[in-house]
Amino acid sequence: MGFTSLADIAERAREKEFSFWRVVLEDDCMFSQVEPEESWKKMQEMYEAMREADQGYDGSLKSASGLVGGDGSRMEAYVEAGKGLCGPFFGRVIAKALKMGESNACMKRIVAAPTAGSCGVLPAVLLTYEEECRPGENAILKAMYVAAGIGGVIAVRSSISGAKGGCQAEIGASSAMAAGALTYLGGGDTEAILHSAAMALKNLMGLVCDPVAGLVEIPCVKRNVIGAVNALSASDMALAGIRSVIPPDEVIDAMRNVGDVMSVDLRETGRGGLAGTPTGQAIFEQLQKR
Amino acid sequence: MGVFDIIGPIMVGPSSSHTAGAVRIGYIAGLLLGEPVKEARIDLYGSFLATGKGHGTDRALVAGLLHMKPDDSRIPYSFRIAEEAGVKITFGQADLRDVNPNTARIRMIGVSGQTMEVTGSSLGGGRIRICQVDGIEAHFSGESPTLVIRNQDIPGSVTEVTSLLKEKEVNIATMQLYRDSPGGDAVMVLECDQEVPEEIREQLRRLPEVQKVTYLSLKEGA
Repeated sequence: MGFTSLADIAERAREKEFSFWRVVLEDDCMFSQVEPEESWKKMQEMYEAMREADQGYDGSLKSASGLVGGDGSRMEAYVEAGKGLCGPFFGRVIAKALKMGESNACMKRIVAAPTAGSCGVLPAVLLTYEEECRPGENAILKAMYVAAGIGGVIAVRSSISGAKGGCQAEIGASSAMAAGALTYLGGGDTEAILHSAAMALKNLMGLVCDPVAGLVEIPCVKRNVIGAVNALSASDMALAGIRSVIPPDEVIDAMRNVGDVMSVDLRETGRGGLAGTPTGQAIFEQLQKR
Repeated sequence: MGVFDIIGPIMVGPSSSHTAGAVRIGYIAGLLLGEPVKEARIDLYGSFLATGKGHGTDRALVAGLLHMKPDDSRIPYSFRIAEEAGVKITFGQADLRDVNPNTARIRMIGVSGQTMEVTGSSLGGGRIRICQVDGIEAHFSGESPTLVIRNQDIPGSVTEVTSLLKEKEVNIATMQLYRDSPGGDAVMVLECDQEVPEEIREQLRRLPEVQKVTYLSLKEGA
């Protein structure tokens, strides 16, 4: 990825009169030394793998600790019974995010986006959008390039690793990616795309990485839900014409600075936050004995 | 970092460093052995040891040794698959110094009786680094065809090796040299842009100062 700022991608898009996704696709072709068709085909494979992972969800599986599994089915049944407070679209996004997070915890095949722990956010919004709004697969793939461009800049300017930047770097990044993708699908221009990503990242800033017993289970699975629904609200705000006062690249820098001062106990060490609670510690000790 | 480092890889969960990276360490170790594994002893270190069970690190390493890649759905069942194939695997703890916290040491015996020891670390995002081969320091990613040459430290050995590669137009991407003492045991690690033909490897083996040539081929079925 040749871009170190979202402003650079926007500038290139303006110069070449390209759409945001097209700039990211061309950049990948340069970086990977491939033809556009090849890159496109690979993105198609990624989306197909996300779809397969969603359909292959098995609510009867349990994770290594035995504490994760089945919540995707529970949420789905509730939503499909018409009970959801937030309406079917929102409810389905929640169910899909849970399912993917649980599949990952249960050693099923997923697509890291950008990480395995945050693999539920992007597919939850994209698969639901495709089912509900029928934009066609091409539009979804273009949205995935938008997401990849945003994630790439976050990775270069800040981090997408929980050990380095806390959960804000994983779920925060995936949420910003998903927000940008949705805004593109909703007809937003480059400015709206970038501001939706900025708002998504802002609203998860400071989120710590505190996995119980060090496993990608508690609270990681449910954090995929906040990443996905946060993307929906950030995207809706951007499409309504709301802008982030702090420019998108400055938001990413702020996220990095927050990660830098975050205690190591809160960066994937399994010591602070929820991992450090009496119950979290008890789970850890129980697993050690096995 | 490319587009498909952000969206991707397709992998079996739950962790890119503890699961996908572990599969790759096993996979590269198996390729370095150069024949199917009959028996392996896997020693875990650091966070691989502490949280490896919950992340399926043990099953992932075995899956890699059985030639599975990080997106293979059979990874969770690798113990059973190994047993059915008659591959004997044992686990232990390693006490290693100066290595990354996510590290495994694998001692293998192949079907023809050949032995090899490989130590590898998972660096995050599914990327790995092999850090020792047969007890000798060597640092490579396993993403390029790699030659590991063990030789006696005498003047001109590097030239001999590089000119053989030049003859077949194999370009060297990175090169590292290690030795224990002047004139003692030395190691060359060469990551190449092209596959190194067997013919060259044979010529290398015949050089008087060369004791052993290990080759990592990325060609399927090589």
